[in-house]
Amino acid sequence: MAVTDIKLHHEIVVHGHDDHHDEHHHKESFISKYIFSQDHKMIAKQFLITGIFWSFLGVLMSVLFRLQLAWPGETFPIMETLLGKWAEGGILTPSGYYSLVTIHGTVMVFFVLTAGLSGTFSNLLIPLQCGARDMASPFLNMLSYWFFFSAGLVMFISLFIETGPFGGGWTAYPPLSALPQADPGSGAGMTYWILSMSLFIISSLLGGLNYITTVLNMRTKGMTMMRLPLTIWAFFFTAILGVLSFPVLLSSMILLLFDRGMGTSFYLSDIYIAGAPLTNVAGEVLQGGSPILYQHLFWFLGHPEVYIIILPAMGMVSEILATNSKKPIFGYKAMVLSILAITVLAFLVWAHHMFISGLNPFVASIFVLFTLLIAVPSAIKVFNWIGTIWRGNINFTPAMLFAIGFVSLFISGGLTGIFLGNSALDITLHDTYFVTAHFHIVMGLAGGFGLLAGVYHWFPKLFNGRMMNNTLGYVHFWVTFVGSYCIFWPMHYQGMTGVPRRYYSLEYFQTFDIYGDLKVFITVAAIIVFFAQFLFVINFFYSAVKGKKMTSLNPWNSTTLEWTSPIEPGHGNWVGPIPHVHRWAYDYGKDGHEFIPQTVSDDQMRAQGLKVTESGH
Amino acid sequence: MSTISVKKRTPNIHPKKFGLWLGLGSIIMMFAGLTSAFIVRQAQGNWTPYKLPDLFWASTIVILLSSLTLIVGERAIKKGDSLLYRRMVGLTFLLGIGFAVLQYYGWLALASFGIILQGNDPSGAFLYVISGIHVVHVLAGLLFLAVFYFKTFKKTDAAEQLINDMKPEKFLGIELLSTYWHFVGVLWLYLFFFFQYYQ
Repeated sequence: MAVTDIKLHHEIVVHGHDDHHDEHHHKESFISKYIFSQDHKMIAKQFLITGIFWSFLGVLMSVLFRLQLAWPGETFPIMETLLGKWAEGGILTPSGYYSLVTIHGTVMVFFVLTAGLSGTFSNLLIPLQCGARDMASPFLNMLSYWFFFSAGLVMFISLFIETGPFGGGWTAYPPLSALPQADPGSGAGMTYWILSMSLFIISSLLGGLNYITTVLNMRTKGMTMMRLPLTIWAFFFTAILGVLSFPVLLSSMILLLFDRGMGTSFYLSDIYIAGAPLTNVAGEVLQGGSPILYQHLFWFLGHPEVYIIILPAMGMVSEILATNSKKPIFGYKAMVLSILAITVLAFLVWAHHMFISGLNPFVASIFVLFTLLIAVPSAIKVFNWIGTIWRGNINFTPAMLFAIGFVSLFISGGLTGIFLGNSALDITLHDTYFVTAHFHIVMGLAGGFGLLAGVYHWFPKLFNGRMMNNTLGYVHFWVTFVGSYCIFWPMHYQGMTGVPRRYYSLEYFQTFDIYGDLKVFITVAAIIVFFAQFLFVINFFYSAVKGKKMTSLNPWNSTTLEWTSPIEPGHGNWVGPIPHVHRWAYDYGKDGHEFIPQTVSDDQMRAQGLKVTESGH
Repeated sequence: MSTISVKKRTPNIHPKKFGLWLGLGSIIMMFAGLTSAFIVRQAQGNWTPYKLPDLFWASTIVILLSSLTLIVGERAIKKGDSLLYRRMVGLTFLLGIGFAVLQYYGWLALASFGIILQGNDPSGAFLYVISGIHVVHVLAGLLFLAVFYFKTFKKTDAAEQLINDMKPEKFLGIELLSTYWHFVGVLWLYLFFFFQYYQ
């Protein structure tokens, strides 16, 4: 009873504003509305659709190199169709294989899980959930997307140049990345790669500056920091991580450029090819550099980068779990503090990627300590998610399933992180499939599941109140969830026997044959999961145009502000004044009410004769 | 409608100023990365020591002077003295050019000692690259100084002037610019003492 009353009241208020809808609209040209748009909602869509494009390309690459791993030497005509001279006669060449692995990693980490995830949802949700008309600087926000687009364009062009794209791994360690003679892709391909990454860094910085400024300065009246939904906290700390760590990657790239083109030797030392020492542009033997220096600079970004990927997913999952269990988030303050703790610790653990690079073992032990410390805030978050859905009145929407899937994956992948964080165990496990399995589950899949959960949940806010098809969503979830575990779970076993990652072919190592056709099983699962994603993309584009329109403003009975904006919000988000906020974002099940929107004050409730206790938030 | 009293928020810094400070933070991180790379690499040996050319003292004084002239200019425009403002912005621009030229001659002096960019020993390369990236940041500031200088010649009619004067953010542009300019000055001061100490 009480619930419907609140909803009624809630919609009447908004409907009143709706009447004036048309007056506030000014005409926009096609270009200013769809292309060089400064509306954060359109920019979010641009990030998302570009991200989906890159994710299909990136995952397709992984399917192609999985074919080579499962059936080395077998001919696949499709490979030659797609890759041309890199798979002459349908057999993938080693250089082609390494380029596929490299570009798969780069594209998935940066273009899909950084830009596609935090670019999309920071843009969509920060103004809508904070109660702002747009970002602090819509213009810089637009630039942020177009820098990302250009980064993608440069990377895309590099796939078609004669010497092929870069093939030295997504971490671009020198000397592979510094010496053009190391690999066909290390010449022009690497130059394109650096250019693309530099554009991407600028894009991330512009975006991050905007996100932080907007969260701190443009919240609506009554929206104190401790009333913010956890999504916003997560985006906020993600942006801080990006703003502080991406510039360091830029400086490592600048030094790399000098090594490649100007004859310096920041990273190069004592390289012998076929017995002859390598010389630089000036004709001297290369001796002065330190490849480990690059690793330090790279991982100072590279490690925060994995939290840049996972924090937004964590934030969205928290929000989706609370909304669909109709229970307040368990331990809100602990959640905020654990995000903060993860952000701080993220900067203190980078050398755990370098345990076997010759790092001083005493230094390593400090990094082991900090690495294992990250397990504490991570575990707090996991327990709080489980506490949130515990005995909740759960509504299993596709978004909710993906959010629960995220928690499952985060636990599975997080546990193997404890193994890898030990420098002693890392001696055996480093650069094996165990590592591949670990980071794909905890970062790749979990980040991807967070992204998908977010798309299913906020789709009506992206596409004018249209909903995605649930049945397709359920099939998509179950195939992806089961299939993903089938891909990456067996990789742990491979890794524990020492199967090295990144190898072109394992057929000459008899010791790795003990698992029989396991690698074939993995590849088949990968192909199935890849094709299941078409269900998503069909659902996505069909629903964006023809999907069922939602009938109320608030389809998930959520408390947050984005569900008070009109079904088809214009630029400016709210018609009439921006709603004020009177409570925190998680008043679910309070005093017997299913949910109380943030915009409803205790006085309004009492005026309607509804029972409500003073809110502590 | 509501009578619940909400805790009043403290007056906020302008979002653009705040954004600029964040941007400066990311520039700091970039130079922190570069200078810590310098320290780490130096500790590994195979490092030719050198004496920093005296010209860098001159360039340091020039860039500090340019901060001073910009402070005078900013005060002038806030008091309504647009002629002094124009002269001071122009002078700051010239001093900035002077800094960049002095840095260039400083590099030439260093090269004449045999410390060059290329080669196996990156002690010189670090200095060239780090101070080079700093000069790029100075050049970006110079671009804006030039824009602000030419803007002072723009004719505005009385009505337009009145509207401009009433804007609460009429000094925002120059405030942002001077924050940035002082920042690159202080950044050079840090780099200068860093190079002096670790040379």
